[in-house]
Amino acid sequence: MIHGQQMVVIMISELMETGIQQPRPMSDHKTAILTVRDLKVSLKGDSSNEIIKGIDFDLVPGKIIALVGESGSGKSISSLAIMRLLPDALKITSGDIRFKNESLFSLTEKQMQSIRGRKVAMIFQDALSSLNPVQTVGEQIAETLELHTRLRGEKLSHRVIELMNEVGIPDSETRASWYPHQMSGGQQQRIMIAIALACEPDILIADEPTTALDVTIQKQILKLITDLTISRNLAVLLITHDMGVVYHTADTVYVMYQGEIIEKDEKYDFFKNPKQAYSKELINSLPDLKRFLSLENKAPLLEVRNTKVYFPIQKGLFQRVTGYVKAVDGISFEIKQGETLALVGESGSGKSTIGRAILNLENATGGEIWFCGRRIDRLSRKSMLPLRKDIQVIFQNPYSSMNPRMTVEQIIKEGMISLKLNLTNTEMDERISELLLRVKLEKEHRHRYPHEFSGGQRQRIAIARALAVEPKLIICDEPTSALDVSVRAQVLELLKELQDSFGVSYLFITHDLSLVPHIAHKVAVMQNGKLVEYGKAEDIMTIPKENYTKNLLSAVPKIQ
Amino acid sequence: MKPVILWSDLLIFILIVFISLFLRGMAKNPQVRTKWKQVFSKKLGVSTFIIVCAYVFIAFIDSLHFQKALPNIDQHITETRYETKLTSVLDLALGEMNTNIERTYSYPFSLKSYSKSMLKDDSGNLYRDFERLNHAGTHIDNDKNYVSDIIWQSAVSIFFGLFLSLFIIGLHKIWLIRSNGQNHNVYNYIPWNTAYITLTCVVILVAWMLHVGNLYHILGTDMSGNDVLYKTLKGIRTGVLIGTLATLIMLPIAILLGISAGYFKGWIDDGVQYLYTTLSSIPSILLIAASVLLFDVYINNNQQLFELGIEKADARFLALCFILGVTSWATLCRLLRAETLKISQLDYVQAAHAFGVGHARIILRHILPNVGHIILITFILDFSMLILAEAVLSYIGIGVDPSMASWGNMINLARSELAREPTIWWTLAGAFTFMFTLVLAANLFSDLVQDAFDPRTANGGHHD
Amino acid sequence: MLSYIIRRTLYAIPILIGVNILTFVLFFVINSPDDMARAHLGDKYITEEDIDNWKIQKGYDKPLFINSSESGFDKFSETIFFNNSLKLFVFDFGQADDGRNITADIKQRMWPSLAFALPNFIVGLVINICVALLVIMFRGTKLDQTAVAIFVSLLSISYLFYIIVGQYFFAKTWKLVPISGYLPSEPWKFLILPILIGVISGIGQGARLYRTFFLEEAGKDYARTARAKGVTEIQLLFKHILPNALIPILTGVVVVIPILFMGALVMESFFGIPGLGSYMLDAIRSQDFAIVRSMVFIGSVLYIIGLILTDISYTWADPRVRLS
Repeated sequence: MIHGQQMVVIMISELMETGIQQPRPMSDHKTAILTVRDLKVSLKGDSSNEIIKGIDFDLVPGKIIALVGESGSGKSISSLAIMRLLPDALKITSGDIRFKNESLFSLTEKQMQSIRGRKVAMIFQDALSSLNPVQTVGEQIAETLELHTRLRGEKLSHRVIELMNEVGIPDSETRASWYPHQMSGGQQQRIMIAIALACEPDILIADEPTTALDVTIQKQILKLITDLTISRNLAVLLITHDMGVVYHTADTVYVMYQGEIIEKDEKYDFFKNPKQAYSKELINSLPDLKRFLSLENKAPLLEVRNTKVYFPIQKGLFQRVTGYVKAVDGISFEIKQGETLALVGESGSGKSTIGRAILNLENATGGEIWFCGRRIDRLSRKSMLPLRKDIQVIFQNPYSSMNPRMTVEQIIKEGMISLKLNLTNTEMDERISELLLRVKLEKEHRHRYPHEFSGGQRQRIAIARALAVEPKLIICDEPTSALDVSVRAQVLELLKELQDSFGVSYLFITHDLSLVPHIAHKVAVMQNGKLVEYGKAEDIMTIPKENYTKNLLSAVPKIQ
Repeated sequence: MKPVILWSDLLIFILIVFISLFLRGMAKNPQVRTKWKQVFSKKLGVSTFIIVCAYVFIAFIDSLHFQKALPNIDQHITETRYETKLTSVLDLALGEMNTNIERTYSYPFSLKSYSKSMLKDDSGNLYRDFERLNHAGTHIDNDKNYVSDIIWQSAVSIFFGLFLSLFIIGLHKIWLIRSNGQNHNVYNYIPWNTAYITLTCVVILVAWMLHVGNLYHILGTDMSGNDVLYKTLKGIRTGVLIGTLATLIMLPIAILLGISAGYFKGWIDDGVQYLYTTLSSIPSILLIAASVLLFDVYINNNQQLFELGIEKADARFLALCFILGVTSWATLCRLLRAETLKISQLDYVQAAHAFGVGHARIILRHILPNVGHIILITFILDFSMLILAEAVLSYIGIGVDPSMASWGNMINLARSELAREPTIWWTLAGAFTFMFTLVLAANLFSDLVQDAFDPRTANGGHHD
Repeated sequence: MLSYIIRRTLYAIPILIGVNILTFVLFFVINSPDDMARAHLGDKYITEEDIDNWKIQKGYDKPLFINSSESGFDKFSETIFFNNSLKLFVFDFGQADDGRNITADIKQRMWPSLAFALPNFIVGLVINICVALLVIMFRGTKLDQTAVAIFVSLLSISYLFYIIVGQYFFAKTWKLVPISGYLPSEPWKFLILPILIGVISGIGQGARLYRTFFLEEAGKDYARTARAKGVTEIQLLFKHILPNALIPILTGVVVVIPILFMGALVMESFFGIPGLGSYMLDAIRSQDFAIVRSMVFIGSVLYIIGLILTDISYTWADPRVRLS
């Protein structure tokens, strides 16, 4: 669900340069186009279970208001409440939402339908699933126009093309007859924006509009939204968990925590001087670019030499192999003892595949992989077995990385048993207790099942599981990208701490360049299966050579 | 008395053991427990479960077979001889219902026969009239009082049933209070009042059928004078067995092939897919027909294998279960294969590979427990489907053996009699009512189970 | 697309061979022709000679696989396997036990079967979709819950019950239609009741299933987008949910379309429709294995055609699917 959180490094100087981000006076009620007062939402049939506990905010034309919070804080529910589109299980228990001084809650459903799409429009996180898969994008843009305007026929299709041009879709005449799945993620989100803006609404609600997108696309979409805010004098409610997005786009920030707004401030003041401890935590989770981890010269542990992983494409009558998807196309790097290499790339760059190839879960098509002076690609399942102890893995999704039918103890024990560490039962029990304490859980947690833990806690159990067999190398495949910002910092801290005390090496696979200063000694940037740039973390983060790396870096704002 | 265990009896015992083990295994995990809790916290869940259990219980006691000893006439023979007929515990409970056979049809609760026949009066003159039934209301002095007698006897049995169920409920309450003392209100989520009401209804109904059913023919009699209620009750075993055994017999094969196809992929997958596509491409009714016909020929040619007539019927019954299993097997196999494919891509299976866990262990520990819900849902969904199928198959003539009591056979026999005036409706009514109650209860229960266990519906409606 | 269809058709060949071998094993290996002869002629008082005569008459006197008394190609062709199993591939079904030509019978009986099965299928499908749509309009209300309860009750009733009760009231008591029979000149008079019963008995199952499809679509993100655009509930239902839900509905039913040719076993026999369903039933009751074998083969062929049609219908209904 939460995909690709972006951590932000703030560059104060940039704040001064650009005019838009200058501090502006607080919005007063006279200019507000939509006011939310004391909004409460609770579960149907259980009004004591409040999801939103009385919140207030205002939307002002030409301004972007950011509602920031982690998953489950109730920020999406608030936006759906404005549209009166809450899921069936929820209901609004009290409060008032006024649009141009008219109470939205007193309107009939029919009147409300003429507000939706016409006065208040909305875009969502996952554009592909939010678009109707069996209608062309042109039809879907036209539908809003048909609902709320008198445009028909030639004029209608003309307007559709115009809108597509406005949101920056090239070759829009042909693409109007495309289906959503034929477009890229960024273009799908542009179509969503075109649908939302078709009837020139006063208000745009954007619910995590860039979360599902790659960094570089993310930047373009945000730019489009900010531009449109100004050119159309839109009042925008931007819902996000991503402080980078907030920093880039918002004018006013509302921080939401467990159904309440705990802090409200102009963006400039907010980043400079957060009042609540939680807000500080959100901002402080940003890394410090001044300090990088220093490299020590130790023996190489893992060497990847010109490794390739190809997947065959079969076509035609007899399913002949007509070509290959070159997931990993000849890349080389090495990791030394106690060192972390960050492998950075966008989705589909092949970064996870190389991780799986090192684990021998995927067959390498070419090249060599050496571990501890032994060649390990092309080892059979059986001869790989003794090496499995030394290479372990932590996965991205803490919800699918543990068997829901096994207790924490069974999960941690499994590796110790199958890798034949020759431990007695009491020794294993002791080690489990020790490990649980080490990853800051409690001994008693061993008898519980994975679903009883939060995402962050589960990721710690996964770390404990990997550490149980005392590996030399742990492949961390996006271990923090499914976690909330505040939890993420703790997990990274834990990983670093364990590296210091056990001397374990990490291959840290991530799409997020801003994590690098936190954890990595070296960085390898991947694009389309190839290595773009490879070197010391400090060098790449401060003086990148390749354009692609620069692009990635520029997508994240930074201090100094 | 000599206990006899038929093959189908044995399988039903295995089934009960298997189900209790399965449920215990599932209940160990708190996540699964909450799902069951979801099922049993609903009033509908509890009452349908009790109804299905009542049917299963009757089927179970009807599966405890024995042969009665024949009275020893010849004093020289020391060894006891046994009846060739099998009796079950249910027959004992039903008392004389089995042996209360009339000449031919009679209406429910009637004292007279359905059709007129030649009778002799006291002075020996012949006349035509409705014959008095031999086994209905024989205990009353005057036939004119029979309506009030039925009401009186019903009241007696209902009171007895009420008393019995109150006794059971009382015992249960005591147990509940005690266990609550040790372990804080573990079963509080169950709507006990609904459970008590359903239980009371079931107990009263059973008590009424046992008591009044021995005095009158509650559902009348059929063409050869057999008590229809007795036949309907005996049909329960057939229905329940066919609903469970058909799935059970094929379950091991479906699990083995489905999971190995999804896990190992490659040629094993190709082979399994080929197998189930081939089998499901044959119209199931023809496959069943062909197999059952062929089995009939086999039985005819190998009479010596079956000592008792009922054993022959039993063998044919098992063959039918097996072939029904084969036809429904492909669906389960396909589902299991798809789910296994999905699970083996999940991180925890990948992690297990990274830990060097062996194939067998991965399948047993990681995959099998996580496809349990599919097996459970299929098992419960197929249950009612198979009971309905039995009726149709028996109608076509490829169902259970005609000598075996089954709802399908009853419907098949009664169908041709619909044309008669006045209509003979009670056989059909009995079979359809009992079948409908069981199938409806099972369907409603399986809906709830599916809601709770199917991940597609389980956590619906909760957004961020 | 074309290469896909060709490939699927080629895949069908091993499956048909499998079906062929399976039926051969069932009918000739597990049960020898001798057993069949004995079952047909009655158990007692038959001589070896009777059996041999019966086998010669039916052509079952040859060896199973290899005829060593012949030479050349005849070694293989003069066998039961060749004559009774391989010839099925060219739709040569041979003779039934009563000497009639099976192919001719099938051609003749196909039409009454279709006359019942096709309208039954189409009317049933349309009505189920309509009922499900109607119910989904009231989703979340008591009406929806009641409807689901009714659906479950309807599908818990035995198919036979619908037929018996329907026939009893409509034909026998009210005398609206003939009880059974069939005239090619005025088929509607005879078919209206079976179709009515067929449709009603299918509502519980069908409407319940389609309701879940609609419900699933209604919960998807694009439905939320449509509501945010300001569409009314009716527009949402017909413009967005219905076209999407039609994908699983259509692809689910397409597989049975070819099998409609096979007719409906129970319905045809109850109402005396001289179609393939009652043909099969008669064959089963009179243990005519030649007919059963032929119908098994035809059924498999039609099923495989259904599978291919299903795949093609996906590409037609869902723009996301492309076959290759």
